Amino acid sequence: MAENVTPRVRVPRDATAGEVITIKTLISHPMESGQRKDGDGNVIPRSIINRFTCTFNGEVVIDVTLEPAISTNPYFEFEAVVPESGTFAFTWYDDDGDVYTDTKEIAVS
Amino acid sequence: MKLTRRHTLMLAMGSAAAAMLPMASFGATEDAIAAFTGGAEIGAGGITLTAPEIAENGNTVPIEVNAPGAAAILVLAAGNPTPAVATFNFGPLAATQHASTRVRLAGTQDVIAIARMPDGSFVQAKQEVKVTIGGCGG
Repeated sequence: MAENVTPRVRVPRDATAGEVITIKTLISHPMESGQRKDGDGNVIPRSIINRFTCTFNGEVVIDVTLEPAISTNPYFEFEAVVPESGTFAFTWYDDDGDVYTDTKEIAVS
Repeated sequence: MKLTRRHTLMLAMGSAAAAMLPMASFGATEDAIAAFTGGAEIGAGGITLTAPEIAENGNTVPIEVNAPGAAAILVLAAGNPTPAVATFNFGPLAATQHASTRVRLAGTQDVIAIARMPDGSFVQAKQEVKVTIGGCGG
């Protein structure tokens, strides 16, 4: 069970129609790989975020499948095109069934 | 030093184990590529993979992939216990087929990126990263 999972997302507040913007996301998560052993030599069970998606007004921007080789506190940077004002929705899916979400509004002037 | 029978045996076992280790991982990488491409030919060009030449800490190695027009990009670390790293699927609102993240590398190895183009063809890029401290907590 991952604790204190906090998503952080950086999206510009406004843009012009059709502008390309850069989005940066970071979520605090241990991403336990399932390869490590504790002090007694027992394998620490795998516990990672296995999928991350970003959508804008319901349309997909990026959909990433994560494997244990992604570092602790998974970070992603990518670019999206903004056709109109709306909401970016970010979703992270944990191995244990938890879903973490965050949303950001953007205004097109 | 006198080469006793025990020494010879230990040497032989050591080198056999060393020879087998990378082989096992190599097979897994081939499987992961085949699962993504379905055995199709893989070309070159049209994709760039940016990774540091030397990474001091294998726990967080920044990588960047860019394949203009690609539908999906698969990233593999050939020398990790499990080679798969991530698969990026780009949707209609992705402005560019460009993404960066941070990965774990167990040791010095090749990082491979393979892009699937909308027409069903595949291209790949490869870069070696030298790792000073491995990232698998071994």
